[in-house]
Amino acid sequence: MKYPRVFNLLLALLGVFALAIAGCGNDDDDSSTTQTGTSFRVAVVAPSASNDLAFTQSIVDAVRKLEASNHIDEVSITDGTFVVEDAGAAIRGYAEEGYDLVVAHGSQYGGPLQEIAPDFPETSFIWGTAVDTFGLPNVYSYSVRSDLGGYVNGVVAAQLTESNIIGVIGPVEVGDAKLYVDGFEAGAQAQNPDVDVKIVYTGSFSDVAAAAEAAQSHISLGADVLTGSAQMVVGATGVAQENGVLWFGTQANQTPLGEDIVVASQVYRWEGILADAVDRVKAGELGGETFIMTFAGGGIDIQFNDNFDLPQEVRGSAQATIDGLIDGSITTGQ
Amino acid sequence: MSEFFTVAILTATLTSGIRQAVPYLLAALGEAVSQRAGVLNLGVEGVMLIGAFSAYYATLETKSAAIGLLMGLLAGMFMGLIYAFITVVMHAEQGISGIGIYLFGLGFTDLLFQKQVGTPRPIQGLKTKPMNWLAEDTGRVGELLFSHTILTYVAFLLVPAVYWLVTRTTFGLNVRAVGENPHAADTLGVSVNGVRAAAIVFGNTMAGLAGAVLVLDIVQNFQQNLTAGRGFIAIALVYFGAWRPLRVMAGALLFGIVSSTVLTLQALDVISGSVTSIANMAPAVLTVIVLVVVSRRIGQPAALTKPFTRDA
Amino acid sequence: MRWLLRPFAGLAVPAAAVIAALLVGVVLLGVFGANPITGYRALFTGAFGGPDELAATALKSIPLMLVGVGICIAFRTGVINIGGEGQIIMGAILATLVAIALPDVPRPILVPLVMIAGGIGGGIWGAIPGALKAYSGVNEILSTIMMNIIAGFFMSFLLEDWLIAPGAIKIQQTKRLTPNADLPILPGGTRLHLGIVVALIVAILGYLLLFRSGLGLRLRAVGHNQHASRAAGMKVELSITQALALSGACAGIAGAVLVFGSESHRLIGEGGPLAFTQSAGFNGIVTALFGGLHPLFTVLSSYLFGGMLSGGISLQRAVQVPQALVIALNGVVVVFVVSSLLLQNRVRRWAEGEVQMEDRA
Repeated sequence: MKYPRVFNLLLALLGVFALAIAGCGNDDDDSSTTQTGTSFRVAVVAPSASNDLAFTQSIVDAVRKLEASNHIDEVSITDGTFVVEDAGAAIRGYAEEGYDLVVAHGSQYGGPLQEIAPDFPETSFIWGTAVDTFGLPNVYSYSVRSDLGGYVNGVVAAQLTESNIIGVIGPVEVGDAKLYVDGFEAGAQAQNPDVDVKIVYTGSFSDVAAAAEAAQSHISLGADVLTGSAQMVVGATGVAQENGVLWFGTQANQTPLGEDIVVASQVYRWEGILADAVDRVKAGELGGETFIMTFAGGGIDIQFNDNFDLPQEVRGSAQATIDGLIDGSITTGQ
Repeated sequence: MSEFFTVAILTATLTSGIRQAVPYLLAALGEAVSQRAGVLNLGVEGVMLIGAFSAYYATLETKSAAIGLLMGLLAGMFMGLIYAFITVVMHAEQGISGIGIYLFGLGFTDLLFQKQVGTPRPIQGLKTKPMNWLAEDTGRVGELLFSHTILTYVAFLLVPAVYWLVTRTTFGLNVRAVGENPHAADTLGVSVNGVRAAAIVFGNTMAGLAGAVLVLDIVQNFQQNLTAGRGFIAIALVYFGAWRPLRVMAGALLFGIVSSTVLTLQALDVISGSVTSIANMAPAVLTVIVLVVVSRRIGQPAALTKPFTRDA
Repeated sequence: MRWLLRPFAGLAVPAAAVIAALLVGVVLLGVFGANPITGYRALFTGAFGGPDELAATALKSIPLMLVGVGICIAFRTGVINIGGEGQIIMGAILATLVAIALPDVPRPILVPLVMIAGGIGGGIWGAIPGALKAYSGVNEILSTIMMNIIAGFFMSFLLEDWLIAPGAIKIQQTKRLTPNADLPILPGGTRLHLGIVVALIVAILGYLLLFRSGLGLRLRAVGHNQHASRAAGMKVELSITQALALSGACAGIAGAVLVFGSESHRLIGEGGPLAFTQSAGFNGIVTALFGGLHPLFTVLSSYLFGGMLSGGISLQRAVQVPQALVIALNGVVVVFVVSSLLLQNRVRRWAEGEVQMEDRA
């Protein structure tokens, strides 16, 4: 074919890059190692967009809150690193630059973290959702009992359904999503054993249209209340809004996705455990602990949509359920 | 299992399948015309994304889904002009430039969405159901036929329209001529590059429309990589349909209805757990199997992917 | 004057195309309120700024090289392979299964073994659409796209149940695989591992196969003219199947490298197939075509493309513009450069003093 042409092309590309490198110089080291003793720097690596109204947004909001309250001095965020190897590179990069605490916000980042953390004994890492610190002295982990909020959502949902059919949309039957779905189902069944909770896993965290179609098929089969987990649910909330079907959210306050139909959202408040971790790191304790968020510590919160006219007694039952989950008189079965 | 065969559920499943077929159908019809003229566009996915984002953003800003639809079409048309320039004027390798368009669309819409919109904000789509009054008292069959949104009817009306365009009009004759034998067409005075450019613009406009439908008719919101591979499936369906509009429609319906059946079976608890992943393969597996069974070895347009130069 | 320019004539146009594409990036960065100079400095130093960066770029480019070599074989046989994604996944799965089955085999044996397993897994996944095309007339673009979807769900299936790591929180990944299958880190103090050697060996073998073997001669003959090859008594059907099988095998090896050369040393399906394959199945097509469908040039173009990818992470960190910008920019570079080839020819002809301006592609 066209070898000489192609060879030239590659040479040209090389030339452009070489010029660019020469022009840029290699002076990127000045910012990296200088570390004033007072400033506390936190880095976050997270899989989807910072404003996904779901998992990633929940951690970004939390870190920003800590920054606003001067608990920490500097924040750097690398989001959208759904490729695990890229996340690994970003985590390593932050550690090399001397960040005090590196937040690896994705269960799937545990693999690379396990290999990276031992190389940077001075840096503290925190990852989640997970319950494993690999026995390393500089790794914290955190997880959230999303089944608890799921249970409360389920209790409320079971009181609002008239058809006694509730539809659930999940991505893949694992992890945080499965925990939430199982809790939701348990809560709905506990409130009303006649309620039929139908579950569809679309097989994808990103296929918004598939989530929409799953919602549509739930509605066709008689569901009048829907819920779902992960970032692709924005497709389902649109369908719910259009059909006037109620929605229960999780991971972040999803009221903006449907002002008329979102009843309540389980919200993760990572700032409590992050502040805790930051204090420990400041005190020289770099890891070894697992934080688990529940209602008790204020890590989980149910936020109701004020525009939605929820009967007072239903709202009361939600609070009673939360109290029961806190004092242990109610369990989700997880 | 017997529950699945109640008429109501069957109707709902088929209705959902028809709805899911629409984005595939539109994009594949456009790509079929483009390929009939001899130009392969692997960038359908990227153009769909650009059409989807344009429709979404315009609707979000103007609160008018009609303007959104128009912007989706225009975005597709604009990408068509670019792709025509790249492939027809500049003779760029079509496979590779299509992938370039795909990468551009994937990255650019994600970037614009994150920077201009940020968080997923719902929009009011274009969900007019023009025939719904017929569905009310014609029972299940009526629901299956008349309960769809206007964009669905447009998509299915485009099947005979494209068939007519390709087989009965001078333009269609020219499209087939430049796709099969551009030099012969050239000697007959047909502007090979002009016809090809028109076919490309048509194909990309359809891809833009497919993206707009995804936003306005199905999701009513936006998120990065909204199309999730539908553009590539549409390209595959062009081969399934052997460049014939009716067969392309059959492929799109097959894919859509099998997908909706899997969803229904899950909602009915017939399949659950990790078996779901196996069931989710069904549309892809069936498409291949059906093609193996019915394959009649229809050759592709002879000049597909070959740029035209008069002296070659 | 012209003779002075002559050596650079071939370079001028593609270089201008790359610069023009990068200028589009300048505009994009500017529009989104980032300093383009800071951004590009981060991109380039992040990609090629030092030994660690050069190594990171090499790591990013390994799957592109392997897939790209496979694409060279398929495309030269006249078969289009869009199934790199699925072939990567199936290679990774088979390699993972071998590592799980034989954890105690010593490293010098197990490492080659899992690479071969990856090749076989990907090879089978390539051979199926190859055979379907050759013997059933099923278009390979259709079947390879469908095979990608099937492989993605198959990986998800395995990682929901059979192969999922035990633990309190279920993540779609296997346990850490045996250290005996780890690709060793090369000396030099960087993160670069043996995968780069594997990729280079495959590229050289690919070159020898295509241009120095009877098999390669037959494959290229089929790619050049199927009818003539058939008339000359060649088994065209067999060649097509062989080409896609070999192409898939290269991608499958990339899958094995992604497992055993990763930081996490495991198969990860969390976040979907693209999170594992890093889209190498598509990007490898770009690098192969940029490399003129020549395995050795493909190595070079993969390295440059890998630089864009690894530099993108630094760019995002430096100016807080999403990595999506780099993906879009990659698309612009691809489009600009392929579009410039016609002009390049004309400029060269002008420099060589030919008068006619008509191009012969």
